[in-house]
Amino acid sequence: MTTTTANTPQTMLSRIIAAGTHQRVLAFASLVVLLIGFSIASPNFMQTSNMIAILQATSVNGVLAVAVTLVIITGGIDLSVGTMMTFCAVITGVVLTYAGMPLLLGVFAAIATGALCGSMSGTFVAKMKIPPFIATLGMMLILKGLSLVISGTRPIYFNDTPGFSLISRGSIIGDIFPAMPIPNGVLILFIVAGVTAYILNRTVLGRYCFALGSNEESVRLSGVNTDRWKIAIYALAGGIVGIAGLLIASRLNSAQPALGLGYELEAIAAVVIGGTSLSGGRGSILGSLIGALIMAVLTNGLRVLSVAQEWQTVVTGAIIILAVYADMMRRKGAS
Amino acid sequence: MSYLVEMRGIEKRFPGVHALKSVQFNLRPGEVHALMGENGAGKSTLMKIMSGIYARDGGEMFVDGTPVAPDSPRAAQDLGIGIIHQELSLMNDLTAAQNVLIGREPRRSFGRLDEPELNRRAAEIFASLRLAMDPRTKVSTQTIARQQLIEIAKALSYNPRVLIMDEPTAALNDAEIAELFAVIAKLKADGVGIVYISHRMDEIKRIADRVTILRDGAYIDTLDAADTPLSKIIQLMVGREVTQSRATVPDLSQAPVALEVRGLSRGKDVRDVSFSVRKGEILGFAGLMGAGRTEVARIIFGADPRDAGEIRVGGYAVDILTPHAAVQAGIGYLSEDRKHFGLAVDMTVRANIAMANMAQFTSRTGVLDEGAMKRIAVDYISRLGIRTPSDMQAVRLLSGGNQQKVVIAKWLLRDCDVLIFDEPTRGIDVGAKSEIYALLEDLAAQGRAIIVISSELPEVMRLSHRIAVMCEGRLTGILPGGAQTTQEQIMELATRRDSALTVAEDA
Repeated sequence: MTTTTANTPQTMLSRIIAAGTHQRVLAFASLVVLLIGFSIASPNFMQTSNMIAILQATSVNGVLAVAVTLVIITGGIDLSVGTMMTFCAVITGVVLTYAGMPLLLGVFAAIATGALCGSMSGTFVAKMKIPPFIATLGMMLILKGLSLVISGTRPIYFNDTPGFSLISRGSIIGDIFPAMPIPNGVLILFIVAGVTAYILNRTVLGRYCFALGSNEESVRLSGVNTDRWKIAIYALAGGIVGIAGLLIASRLNSAQPALGLGYELEAIAAVVIGGTSLSGGRGSILGSLIGALIMAVLTNGLRVLSVAQEWQTVVTGAIIILAVYADMMRRKGAS
Repeated sequence: MSYLVEMRGIEKRFPGVHALKSVQFNLRPGEVHALMGENGAGKSTLMKIMSGIYARDGGEMFVDGTPVAPDSPRAAQDLGIGIIHQELSLMNDLTAAQNVLIGREPRRSFGRLDEPELNRRAAEIFASLRLAMDPRTKVSTQTIARQQLIEIAKALSYNPRVLIMDEPTAALNDAEIAELFAVIAKLKADGVGIVYISHRMDEIKRIADRVTILRDGAYIDTLDAADTPLSKIIQLMVGREVTQSRATVPDLSQAPVALEVRGLSRGKDVRDVSFSVRKGEILGFAGLMGAGRTEVARIIFGADPRDAGEIRVGGYAVDILTPHAAVQAGIGYLSEDRKHFGLAVDMTVRANIAMANMAQFTSRTGVLDEGAMKRIAVDYISRLGIRTPSDMQAVRLLSGGNQQKVVIAKWLLRDCDVLIFDEPTRGIDVGAKSEIYALLEDLAAQGRAIIVISSELPEVMRLSHRIAVMCEGRLTGILPGGAQTTQEQIMELATRRDSALTVAEDA
């Protein structure tokens, strides 16, 4: 048990890390094993350019996983994050390319759209008592359809807004330290993860995430307006999905309305591999981040070893089952 | 005399049950007012209305003479009414402090939590209760008794003017109860009005100023605790049944042993439990919450693994590792939680009765024989007196007592020799209870071995030919049934803790 009391920045950091260490140790160990394994198998794997490629590949799924983690900790699920991401990208395209608004307004539009969609899912779940699975399944289809309708099923390119592609592909860190050309997309992933982890562990909203997932009825009986908080949590998750929308649109320099389906399952897989309980009440952002990294390392490593793409999917599926089984065994041993 | 809270003509109906019939209740500042009645009398329902969890269907409620209608726990808290629930309602993944101050976390700007302040305030509350508890302790690591104390701390943290305690001592030992009573005395001195619900008669005499008695959802009387003998209170509580509340024990010394259990152990929940039941015998299991009675039943039924122990059915050792094996060996288990484990509530009475015995109704091609199922269902409906318009009625539309009869029918159809009933009358009203009792006695008379686990002492004493008592996973004694065993003897065994043993095993 951690009993540190001081509140200096260093101990706070170590406490945040220590609080859930035992939970994530397994996932982290797997990640290290994978990294070592692949670098022994192929000399090309451990090169800076390949490492950066892995991180870049993690960024979108990582941000989505962070968003879904919030909802899953409340005991819910969000199946709409993939198409919501696309919808946010399309709206940004409308704002920037069709309406010719400035870049900053496009960024705001993506996040606001996500937050609005999230609060709608939250309202369906909290006020109308629709199970999260169904409510977000509905949202998933609605947003997929709306993306196609608004864009006229054609991609929207951002050629008129030259700064847009830099959101993901530029490198502020690389400008300062040329030896470390880490793309902005990766930087944004770590900032989003850090801020969300802070919200989850240090704010009222985060506290209610865990409390709702732990025993919702009890929270309600304690006089907490559970509906309002639930909507707020889904809205926050939506806002983060909006950021993922920016990242993917920036990387492709276009909003691709047909994209999006399938991303939600990848994100949920990352969350699960990271040790967050699907029944709610337990979980961490760091875990989900590690989960997303594991998936990206696997895909990349198998590609470096020239394993066919089809087999990569099979391996990912097996990893999910193994990860959850290992987590259950660990829990059983602990109790 | 001005009342802190006054309730008049309170009405409440649930599907199939008229839970409260024009009930009145009032509370003065600085008094402990005991609310008495058998399970199902409506005590908890009345208090849930007072604390804003249920809405009343009729009647009036006043706080300080002003009419009020709290429609949420929050609204009741704003009126100064707090409640400690009978069932623990803590968030296990959170710490003690986080639980106590849920909904009122000290905040900094932007909704950031002030965790040190949170822990400091919780520590203050624990200190005022003279409770040695680290605010940062995770609730799931604490014993039931200590969780109960966290729950009490939580209720007190609202500084309530009215505090409702629904069986607060059910899981506490004597020392912990003494601690709780000291807290109650302090609250009384501060002018807090306390509503106290408990089944322990001795406690009423120790702390209550007045007693209000409910029976079958109706108001019976309000009396001064000091001037009223306990026997009078009990008589008012149980009404007509008071004389016939003991089992008549048949002579079973010649009957063969149906089930024998030796040295059953599972971690700290079940420690070296041995007993036997003869054919035709009803063996009652008494004990406090968490004593390990349900755990024993689940092990015998193969629902949980065991560390050690032997199970013999009809004289032969059987290796029961799954519920399927238990059913093969002729053991049936009727869970305390009917809705979760006993019934498919959205399906019909007919389908539920046939459920455990589908092979009997399936032809070689796999087609179900609805006609045979109907005959059997109709037969059991009449034999057990299940009140349902037809065998095609959905089970969820039946009352609790009739749902329980459907579960019993299901197991009778399997022709089990040993039937374990876990809280067979939980949530069932008094009329239906006596029907269930008669049914159990009938089953025993037919030569089945019956085990009844019950948290209601009168029920255990009413039914059991012998009474096994458990405390903290150990079987602390087996008492004879019938008139010679008193409630006090059972309670003595139910609280016989073995601290030396605990320490030794933990080390």
